[in-house]
Amino acid sequence: MNKRTILSVGATFLSLFAVNSHAAYALNLKTPATEIAGQIYGLHMLILWVCIAIFVVVFSLMFYSILKHRKSVGHKAAQFHENHWLEVIWTIIPVIILVCMAYPATKTILAMKDTSAEDMSIKITGSQWKWAYDYLDQDVKFISTLSTPQDQIQNKAEKGENYLLEVDNPMVVPVGKKVKLLITAQDVIHAWWIPEFGVKQDAIPGFVREAWIRVDEPGVYRGQCAELCGKDHGFMPIVVEAKSDVDYQTWVAAQKEAAASASAGADKEWAQDELITAGKAVYEKNCAVCHGATGAGIPPAFPAMTGSAVATGPIEGHLDIILNGKNIMPAWKDVLNDVDIAAVIAYERNALGNSTGDSIQPSAVKAAR
Amino acid sequence: MSQNTNNYYLPAPSLWPLIASIALFLMAGGFAMQINDIASGHYVLLAGILVFVYLLYGWFKEVIKESIAGFYNKQVDTSFRWGMSWFIFSEVMFFAGFFGALFYIRTFALEWMSKSTLVWPNFVATWPTSGPAATEALEAMGPWGLPAINTLILLVSGATLTYAHWGLMKDNRKQTIIGLVLTIALGAIFLYLQAHEYAEAAFTMDSGIYGSTFYLFTGFHGLHVAMGTVMLAIILFRITKGHFSSHNHFGFEAVAWYWHFVDVVWLFLFVFVYWL
Amino acid sequence: MSTTTATHHDDHGHPTGIMRWVASTNHKDIGTLYLWFSFFMFLFAGALALGIRAELFQPGLQFVEPENFNRLTTLHGLIMIFGAIMPAFVGFANWMIPLMIGTSDLAFPRLNNMSFWLMVPAAILLLGSIFVPGGTIAGGWTMYPPLSVQNPSMSVDMSILALHILGVSSIVGSINIITTILNMRAPGMTLMKMPLFVWTWLITAFLLIASMPVLAGALTMLLTDRHFGTSFFDAAGGGDPVLFQHVFWFFGHPEVYIMILPAFGLISTIIPTFARKPLFGYASMVYATAAIALLSFVVWAHHMFTTGMPVAGQLFFMYSTMLISIPTGVKVFNWVATMWRGSMTFETPMLFSIAVVFLFTIGGFSGLVLAILPVDIQLQDTYYVVAHFHYVLFSGAAMSIMGAVYYWLPKWTGHMYNETLGKWHFWLTTIAFNITFFPMHFTGLAGMPRRIPDYALQFAEFNMISSIGAFALGISQLLFLYVVIKCIKGGPKAAANPWEGAEGLEWTVPSPAPFHTFETPPTVK
Repeated sequence: MNKRTILSVGATFLSLFAVNSHAAYALNLKTPATEIAGQIYGLHMLILWVCIAIFVVVFSLMFYSILKHRKSVGHKAAQFHENHWLEVIWTIIPVIILVCMAYPATKTILAMKDTSAEDMSIKITGSQWKWAYDYLDQDVKFISTLSTPQDQIQNKAEKGENYLLEVDNPMVVPVGKKVKLLITAQDVIHAWWIPEFGVKQDAIPGFVREAWIRVDEPGVYRGQCAELCGKDHGFMPIVVEAKSDVDYQTWVAAQKEAAASASAGADKEWAQDELITAGKAVYEKNCAVCHGATGAGIPPAFPAMTGSAVATGPIEGHLDIILNGKNIMPAWKDVLNDVDIAAVIAYERNALGNSTGDSIQPSAVKAAR
Repeated sequence: MSQNTNNYYLPAPSLWPLIASIALFLMAGGFAMQINDIASGHYVLLAGILVFVYLLYGWFKEVIKESIAGFYNKQVDTSFRWGMSWFIFSEVMFFAGFFGALFYIRTFALEWMSKSTLVWPNFVATWPTSGPAATEALEAMGPWGLPAINTLILLVSGATLTYAHWGLMKDNRKQTIIGLVLTIALGAIFLYLQAHEYAEAAFTMDSGIYGSTFYLFTGFHGLHVAMGTVMLAIILFRITKGHFSSHNHFGFEAVAWYWHFVDVVWLFLFVFVYWL
Repeated sequence: MSTTTATHHDDHGHPTGIMRWVASTNHKDIGTLYLWFSFFMFLFAGALALGIRAELFQPGLQFVEPENFNRLTTLHGLIMIFGAIMPAFVGFANWMIPLMIGTSDLAFPRLNNMSFWLMVPAAILLLGSIFVPGGTIAGGWTMYPPLSVQNPSMSVDMSILALHILGVSSIVGSINIITTILNMRAPGMTLMKMPLFVWTWLITAFLLIASMPVLAGALTMLLTDRHFGTSFFDAAGGGDPVLFQHVFWFFGHPEVYIMILPAFGLISTIIPTFARKPLFGYASMVYATAAIALLSFVVWAHHMFTTGMPVAGQLFFMYSTMLISIPTGVKVFNWVATMWRGSMTFETPMLFSIAVVFLFTIGGFSGLVLAILPVDIQLQDTYYVVAHFHYVLFSGAAMSIMGAVYYWLPKWTGHMYNETLGKWHFWLTTIAFNITFFPMHFTGLAGMPRRIPDYALQFAEFNMISSIGAFALGISQLLFLYVVIKCIKGGPKAAANPWEGAEGLEWTVPSPAPFHTFETPPTVK
């Protein structure tokens, strides 16, 4: 076998004793942060050792044979072509090995499936291309989107340490508590995955699938969507922050307060310029991915914003499409609040090459829901 | 090519395969255009169907000519038997996939959907159903009207076909023809009744999962009955031309096997799509 | 019947020029058509892979937009599976089965030609879909709904119909092959005297006939969900997206065995030749192949371990998947036992075969790792899976094909290929292959998902290595093309049996094999 593979195998062996998290040339699973992930890590090591052992035995024999049983050293071919006892043995021994592997695997499966006796529940909804978190016991809900700037992705700025693995609003959980996850999707199949937790669950539209985590240590844990879901499948990461119980409660309180002040902002009277300025940020975060940073779109699937009949036509139609969606454009009414929607309408109608001069107030958005 | 019937018959080079690929290309391309609302789609599809009909006519005619000329020895006959059997097996697997899908939906998926209360707060898993987003009640197709009659029709047609076969084996031309005519008539009546059933049905293909499974499964079955009826008619025609003898009539047997297969699929449909 | 020219001189004559290829009823010519078709598709899909690896050379988006990247991965997969690997094996079946069983041609020579020519409209539809508005499908070769229903482009429908046509081609071809093997063996050749390659094709043909119609069902339901308002995969109507996965993988898993069993047959042919020793355990090889085929129908949901199925389902599919490693392992042991105490020489076909045994086993082991459900939860949809299936499909199936091409080129062309260049091709391929795909085990373990055009920084080093390996691998295949064309044009004259240890009826006919062979079957002792 070639040298590189030998070196790689050797490196794997050595890495068994190393702790790998974000190191380059990482060779093994991430360091486990839950009991289940720890069991999985152990299972993988067990199987890997078994496979390596069988591999070494079988291919030592093969390479020995290649060296010694060749015509060029004068070896004459034997003519045997069966040996019943040998064949029985090398069938039975693998069966035994498999049974030995199946037993611990079965135990882990049963543990993974047991979502009972949870301390709290979070509903997780995947959509194109972001995650929504809804804390069922707390009435806290928010959207979590990739926060890596486009400049970094387009190679115009240097990439940050957590490139493609950072979000604006991470999911936050208390350490040591059993958190039940109720996972579904809005549009196509996605998958919620944090390697360090050992949890990966497909998010299937129309169905709720359950999983659970109990995080051992405070920290920040990063994962990615693990089911092809369209063009930005690689750009909808998951970040979970595990905090101590006290810090978690503080965070919950802060979330509730932010939600209250956001809906208060909806009753205020906004100047058009204020709306346009706020709208730019909303547009870039939510709309630019399909309609383009300059409003050019990607026709025919994603129409241009510049000069579009919707963005320069009647404002009621513009509002309706944003609230309720149309074809593959999703509905934003559950994702964006009144202020954000009013702001982005103002921006779309008065920037990106458009200049209708009109806008609506957040209170009008609220009324239209 | 080889006309020594001790040796296996090797046909001369033939353009039928190329014509087949042209036919399927036009049919597929035309169909794709049609369902995507491209104007000339149905012309292309129609052209493909015409080429396909021409292909079937021409190729089978050639095979029949070779058979009548005596080119096919016993080994070739065995090949035909194997070929037809495996073809029918592939058709069985086609329907098996659909029945598997129905089983999965009814046994598992609907159950799990009703447990997904965060998404569907009010959905109860029953059958038939148009799903949780259904706006109107579903009136399913009961088994004990037209479907039961159709079952009887197909079962009787199996018997009439066997009657025809016995006639053929006894060199009784009259019995053969009567049996075949009856079978074809029953097949045609089945198709007519199915069409009637479709027209009268209170639901369509887009009435959720029930409508989807009902029309797709019975529709493909109906398509197979139609093909079988046409094949039986061709066999009838060949009988009148004296193509078969009492001990050499594989063409008849092949179509008979196909017809019985279509009958059995219907029984499964009757039980699992109409009844249970 | 056309008159023949002086160069082609036999009793029946055969047409020349275009008609020879378009209207063929000759298993050798049709085999040649399949093999060339597959070679070109292999190079084309390989080029698509280079597009993928170019984008993944570094983090960031450099060359392709994300949706185009998804199109590249989707087309690469579809074309390699349906356009390269499967037709190559059919090409071998066509050329070699009649020669190996001592008969004149396949059971249905015209249908045989139709099976080939149907591939052409399928290819036109699939490749033509690149040019329609909305541009070719991008949902992965597995085409899961709702994503594949969401895409409004006609390209999806064209691809679905292309696969339907390929299905017809495969089913008809398999019926042909099964009938040939069961009905046309030379007198005295009982089933347990058939060469193992014929056995593997008998079983593969059965798998094809049983599984391709189920794919047709899945594709049809996808088509009706797209255009006729059905709700098979739409929860709002009472359907389930996961239903597609079940039906698809019920086809999909036998499909992967369809792509490897003939490879096993090829290896089982080549190793005994160059070890100058009979295949060890012929009967167990037959039973193991049959066992693999039967088991392949009850493991499909291991592709769906993260969909959230009940515990009973998870346990059943984990156990059945683990079980399938037993007959596979038995085959590897038998190959090594065939080599053991033989008198080996290492011409290019043997080099490829040994590499296949070694590297395929690595793929088999990563498959076993994936079979263990809790571990699969971490590795599903990551590059570990990509590593696994490339080890079994490239160094399993594709390299077996390469080895077998070298093995039979003398029989097909009448010339020996250039052994030095063959060895170069072998070593370049094997080394480049491992550089490309071995690191993917690590990136998968470290957490890199599949089907993403851009990735987090910790995956950068291994991705760069993979990309370099990929370009080396791609360029090496041009050497293969050169060797094959050079051999067809000329070279040292090949004897009827140029390989000292080769056995079988195909070596009793001259090289190149005459247009018609075994018109009267030989009697086998």
